[in-house]
Amino acid sequence: MIPRHLIFAGVVMLLAVFSLGIYAGRMRGRVTHVETHSDSRPVAPPVSGPTEAVTLYVAYDDPGILRVQRADVALPSARQQRAEEVLRALLEIYLSKNSPHPLAPGADLRAVYLVTPGIAVIDVNAAFANGHRSGILEEELTVASMIQTLSANIPDILRVKILVEGHDRETLAGHADLSDFYDAAAVSQLAGQLE
Amino acid sequence: MQTQPHTKGFGLLFASPSTPRSAGRFYRSGLRFLPLLFVLILQAGSADEKRIAIYGSSTNYILPVVDRNGHEYVGLLEIIEPLGAVNSHTDGLHWKIRYRDVEADFTNGKARSKIHGKDFDLNSNFVLEGGRGLVPIASLYALLPKIIGVPVSLNETSRRLFIGNIATHFTAQLNRTTPLRLVLNFTAPVNPTIATEPGKLRMVFHREPIVAPGSPTLTFDDNTIPSATYSEENGTAEIDVNSSAPLMASFSNDGHTITIAAAPQQNAAVPGTPLTPSPVAPVNPSTGTAPPAAPQLAPRHFFAVLDASHGGDDPGVALAPSMFEKDVTLALTRRLRQELESRGISTLLLRDTDGGLTLDQRAVFSNTAHPVIYIAVHAAANGKGVRVYTALLPAGEENNGPFIAWDTAQTRFLPASQFAAQGVASELQKRQIQVRTLAAPLRPLNNVTAAAIAIEIAPPTTDVKDLNLPAYQQNVASALANGIAAVRDRLEVSR
Repeated sequence: MIPRHLIFAGVVMLLAVFSLGIYAGRMRGRVTHVETHSDSRPVAPPVSGPTEAVTLYVAYDDPGILRVQRADVALPSARQQRAEEVLRALLEIYLSKNSPHPLAPGADLRAVYLVTPGIAVIDVNAAFANGHRSGILEEELTVASMIQTLSANIPDILRVKILVEGHDRETLAGHADLSDFYDAAAVSQLAGQLE
Repeated sequence: MQTQPHTKGFGLLFASPSTPRSAGRFYRSGLRFLPLLFVLILQAGSADEKRIAIYGSSTNYILPVVDRNGHEYVGLLEIIEPLGAVNSHTDGLHWKIRYRDVEADFTNGKARSKIHGKDFDLNSNFVLEGGRGLVPIASLYALLPKIIGVPVSLNETSRRLFIGNIATHFTAQLNRTTPLRLVLNFTAPVNPTIATEPGKLRMVFHREPIVAPGSPTLTFDDNTIPSATYSEENGTAEIDVNSSAPLMASFSNDGHTITIAAAPQQNAAVPGTPLTPSPVAPVNPSTGTAPPAAPQLAPRHFFAVLDASHGGDDPGVALAPSMFEKDVTLALTRRLRQELESRGISTLLLRDTDGGLTLDQRAVFSNTAHPVIYIAVHAAANGKGVRVYTALLPAGEENNGPFIAWDTAQTRFLPASQFAAQGVASELQKRQIQVRTLAAPLRPLNNVTAAAIAIEIAPPTTDVKDLNLPAYQQNVASALANGIAAVRDRLEVSR
């Protein structure tokens, strides 16, 4: 015959195990819930304040040209952040529903680095390059519109380098060369051909 | 079209990983075949090397031959590997190979072997070298059918092995028109290396299973083209057309027909200079035939390098399901070659199979060959007509001094490139083909030390499949060739 106090202790321990199991399960669910929402939390204050007119060189696949387009964009005062916001305004057009030059879903700008003297580094994410349509003209339009838009709005940029996820890449999607720096003046001439 | 096994083996000599994703597969494959590759490289180095050509129903390839104990030997694994899955292993004395359900067992230094459990005697002793099993060529006729289950025919003297019932026959007919034309019709498309020399036009078939006509010498009872001779040697077939005047060859009928006619006067050699062989050696990275080393020939007449973009692991644009840019570019480049050569312009194709070349390799091969013009061919799904590109280079930057910067090597040649692009665009416009000329950040244009343009062909209609229309491709190729021919004098001067 099992002593009554041992039966009592066993029941208490079983209850404790079940309670802890239920508690742990709930905690895990809560963590998952928090994680799924954590991506949407802002990591930097949104750009606000008065807007400024910027010049965007927007690519149009049909008929394969660049068109100058004015836009009002809220710009921060810091030069580097201004460069990023200008390019983000351009990408917003490309990612919109009726995009004249669609980019892959998830394509984004990671950062723009302005290096003295006159060097800009544009860092795009992997989705931007991996999902980019392949073709000389499609890739050229993307590269030219970004560089020309940057040069038109941020003074004194002489050379531009494009990175993908912070790394060198041979081509954007099989054609446009990303291995070297772009000469802003040469791209400006190209933009003239493409207009 | 060459098949994948080439790229794994011999073709590795020229194939390079173009993307990080393919690099892993490339290096794993490379490591697996490294010992074999090393031996092949060593033995493929000499221009006078002995070779054996193997023609199959789906692939043709060339392998090096080695002499051992007074007999000619070839690697058995290399012969069978392109035909299907095969594996081999050795314990240092015995060498076993399994192809499908057939197992063959060879012993180093012994002629007696076992194939599928039955004794088989080689013509001379089996040789095991560095894990590589070598069998005498003389035994292939009897040995291979037992392993692969398909009859073979072997021309031992010329070292040409035909697997199955495969052969390309040809007929020759002299048309007494003006100008005189010798028309060679082949039962399958051919792509020989063509060279001219005084009194002769030579066509060397490296990859085609051409077989001899009824008589090795064909006579035509004509003073200009009196005869043609057929010969075979060292894994190649050759047709020599004898003549008393300079000849030129043109392709038609999708490579089934070669027409040989007297060269127009302007294509003859410069007075006072001898006629030199025309440097039109096609490159075949997949088969390991001669790389496009610079032909050391001078003086050279107008000479174009044609580059079918993409290839191998790099398919380029997926234009439609199972329609890739690399295939369209190759088809168009072949047509362009025919059109240029029919105008007396020699060509060198950087890629004539589904082999991969890096951008640097394309530039190096082109620069080494010293062409007057480099033409890269691309294809696109969007837009219509043809776009002609020249290099996008830094404004005002020049190469001065003895060394030329690789990334801006094109700078000095850019005016010639732009002139060529305008010439080509003008001819396309004449044919009502929509055309646009642009600069482009497109390698290897900026690395080429000659006039360099890239052609991007888009479909003529909204249906991308129309890119493959033979009539459209032929029209574009013909216009491109006309454009190049129209500016050839200026390009020669600028060079």
